[in-house]
Amino acid sequence: MINENYDIVIGLEVHSELSTKTKIFCSCPTEFGGEPNTHCCPVCMAMPGALPVLNEKVVEYAIKAGLATNCKIAETCKNDRKNYFYPDLPKSYQISQFDIPLCEDGYVEIDVNGNKKKIGLVRIHIEEDAGKLNHDPYGRGSLVDLNRAGVPLIEIVSKPDMSSVEEADIYLKKLKSILQYIEVSDCKMQEGSLRADVNVSVKKKGSTELGTRTEMKNMNSFKSISRAIEYEANRQIDVIENGGTVIQETLRWDDVSGKTFSMRDKENAQDYRYFPEPDLGLIKNSKEKIEEIRKLLPEMPEKRRERYVSEFNLPEYDANVLTMEKALSDMFEGATKICNNPKTVSNLMMSEVIGILNNKEMESSEIPFTAEQLGNLVILIDKGTISTSIAKKVLLEMFDNPAEPQKIIEEKGWIQISDEGAIKEVVLKILEANPASIADYKAGKDRALGFLVGQAMKETRGKANPQMLNKMFLEELNK
Amino acid sequence: MELYDLTVHELIEKLEKKEISVLDITKSYISRIDNKEKDINAFVTITDKEALEKANELIDGKASSKCYGIPIGIKDNICTNGTKTTCSSKMLENFVSPYDATVVEKINNENMICLGKMNMDEFAMGASTEYSAFKKTKNPWDIERVPGGSSGGSAAAVAANMVPWALGSDTGGSIRQPASFCGVVGLKPTYGLVSRYGLVAFASSLDQIGPITKDVEDSALLLNVLTGHDEKDSTSVNVEKKNYLEHLKDGVEGLKIGVPKEFFGEGINEEISKSVKDAIDKYKELGATVEECSLDIADQALATYYIIACAEASSNLGRFDGIRYGYRTNNFTNLNELFRNSRSEAFGDEVKRRIILGTYVLSSGYYDAYYKKAQKVRTIIKNKFNELFSKYDVLITPTAPTVAYKIGEKCNNPLEMYLADLCTVSLNIAGLPGISIPCGVNSNNMPIGMQIIGKQFDEETLLKTAYAYEQKTKFRETYKPEL
Repeated sequence: MINENYDIVIGLEVHSELSTKTKIFCSCPTEFGGEPNTHCCPVCMAMPGALPVLNEKVVEYAIKAGLATNCKIAETCKNDRKNYFYPDLPKSYQISQFDIPLCEDGYVEIDVNGNKKKIGLVRIHIEEDAGKLNHDPYGRGSLVDLNRAGVPLIEIVSKPDMSSVEEADIYLKKLKSILQYIEVSDCKMQEGSLRADVNVSVKKKGSTELGTRTEMKNMNSFKSISRAIEYEANRQIDVIENGGTVIQETLRWDDVSGKTFSMRDKENAQDYRYFPEPDLGLIKNSKEKIEEIRKLLPEMPEKRRERYVSEFNLPEYDANVLTMEKALSDMFEGATKICNNPKTVSNLMMSEVIGILNNKEMESSEIPFTAEQLGNLVILIDKGTISTSIAKKVLLEMFDNPAEPQKIIEEKGWIQISDEGAIKEVVLKILEANPASIADYKAGKDRALGFLVGQAMKETRGKANPQMLNKMFLEELNK
Repeated sequence: MELYDLTVHELIEKLEKKEISVLDITKSYISRIDNKEKDINAFVTITDKEALEKANELIDGKASSKCYGIPIGIKDNICTNGTKTTCSSKMLENFVSPYDATVVEKINNENMICLGKMNMDEFAMGASTEYSAFKKTKNPWDIERVPGGSSGGSAAAVAANMVPWALGSDTGGSIRQPASFCGVVGLKPTYGLVSRYGLVAFASSLDQIGPITKDVEDSALLLNVLTGHDEKDSTSVNVEKKNYLEHLKDGVEGLKIGVPKEFFGEGINEEISKSVKDAIDKYKELGATVEECSLDIADQALATYYIIACAEASSNLGRFDGIRYGYRTNNFTNLNELFRNSRSEAFGDEVKRRIILGTYVLSSGYYDAYYKKAQKVRTIIKNKFNELFSKYDVLITPTAPTVAYKIGEKCNNPLEMYLADLCTVSLNIAGLPGISIPCGVNSNNMPIGMQIIGKQFDEETLLKTAYAYEQKTKFRETYKPEL
């Protein structure tokens, strides 16, 4: 909890890797992984004499991001060099954008407990990623892997418009959702393709004067970001309450201890000596080009959410959850198209699929089965071939060994028993074994029916058609 | 007359008549290198074995291109796959590029034969080739004098007939000034005409590769090989490829020549002023109109040049950090020491001086006063040239304020060395083409160079103008280094 006498002010700089096929200044693949230094060429390894050539797709993707976040797109902008020495930066400068970014002055609208709030964006600019250092665990040295060097990034800088941990969390998730919707980034946080620098300051409630901010760099999990903001805000409040002053500095968040530590690094005083990149020309975006790109934007989450409520009669909450991530939303629509039963698809996804994803710590984009297979599963429920409880087991199986649900239930012998003779046999057997329940029922205790049906389900290992069981028990009991 | 005395167009004529073979040419040059390299020190690496092998391969082949089998020297800051590219620096003493520069690809496609990599000032920073980490190249006209720089190895080798022609690079005069010191022809093309891909960058917005040749016709011939849009260099301009031989011999009848008076005054040696003015008079005889004009930029140009060039260099040379290739110190206990000591031990003083200057002018608090202001002055200089070129087809000035000076005379006085670029830097700042051709010798029998400046992408007029003078005066037949 945060001291009620204070306001928190949060700004985020989000780095997102763009999912172009090739790197920003050469034609090497951007694919994650690969043996070290195999996705490299003279350009991204900064061999003497090699020159960058800007990948036009990167500009297109970044403009898409700008348009999707209501930014103004620069008709003319440029690349700049940011100079510093580090072994993962082969040219000793990063090609970025300094004073004229590609996109400026936008916003992202978030929904905080039903209240809409606009989080302002200062800018979105394009730049290249650095390589990766693999440190020897025994301290014998570090090895440089340049596969990631030159992978395109956009940096999305928000205004300090967020005033709670919750708002920051919602903003980040919203941003991720937008980037996935417009298909410019896969936003896989474990692979580092979405990471954030978090700026936090606090001020006395109602004060208009901003406090001194601290920055936590390179955070790549929603959970850590929330914890870090809360910890850091409280730390700053403690400092002030104890008569101290907050120092502007870069901090390192340690997820294990749950604390921030001062980096006390000379890098804080870095002078990056930005200047215009002389190896590249100006980036020119005609009005026509920008409008062409605007046409490429897909239906955004808000629109989909409205449509799910109006077209499919889903509750607002469900529509919101399902549209949050593009992969989930696409799966919902694909499955619904197959089975024409949005309600059941939604229920299965809300109650089962999302839960399984959370348990398995998977991204929705990693769901191993297709929307068609999910649709077919719902058809099996609708036809009475399986019960809803069997469907849940089938779903689990579809995560582990993706296959057509029909095939799974055949192989596992999970097909629902809907044969009247077979069901009657089970009903009679259960009644015979539970005379007390019969008596209870006759005495007016309706619960007894539920118990009997449960016993029958147990007997058939869930395969009996529950409606038929119900009906037949009632017939027998009321005889 | 030996084969190595001939120009390339003369050699091609003999090849076409089947009087000689490509092997004869390569052998002639290799024997010349064997004889003279010990006096001149023009090469960092001699690739005589590979050259002979290639000549032997080519001898039975059909001449598939104009310059088939013609040897060439390549400045050692142009990347050649498989042969060392050192930039005459300890930093890259053993560096072998994994790829060919675009111009080297073009030369290879033409089936030309590389005789070796030419000495230069370290990373092309200098005007005398004395800043090479390996050796001092001598001027073939007087081996006590410098050949100029930074393409001093290229110019000296052409003058000494150790290569028929060579590639240089020019950031502030590094092709034209050594050509003038060595009495040969040096052309700096318009920025963007020749691909820079594979040229180890000194100052990206100023660098340009160009030919150093024995005469103007060879210059046009080699330029034909080098030009063409390159997708790998974003600053390479997509203009239609021209044949620079086509209008070479059209003459200068009616040509309008401007002579900026500021380039003949203070700081310029009088013998040079006079020699260039005499040359300009020849153009009147050839039917051109000559008019004095004003181009009052010399001071600003030099300051602007050293700010922009050093700023870009400080960034471009950052990649030499001892991590991936090149020199690495043994003397370090942490990362910063690895960076610092590798660079301290492997860069020469002049390179360090420029990195420090460049770092300074880009630093926060100084950027506006230096770098930003220099960019503004750059625009002003471009505009002043544009104004003149609305009136004139070409401008003529001396190439350098002095003739070649004695080795050691200026290398302890960097500021005086920088003045050597007085007449040449403004072309790089404005991106304009310029050619230096010999226009006489001084009282010490040292060659004097005349610089002809052209409009952007108008190398045709430039070459035509140079050719007309060369044909009238026959410098090559009149003066020769006694070697």
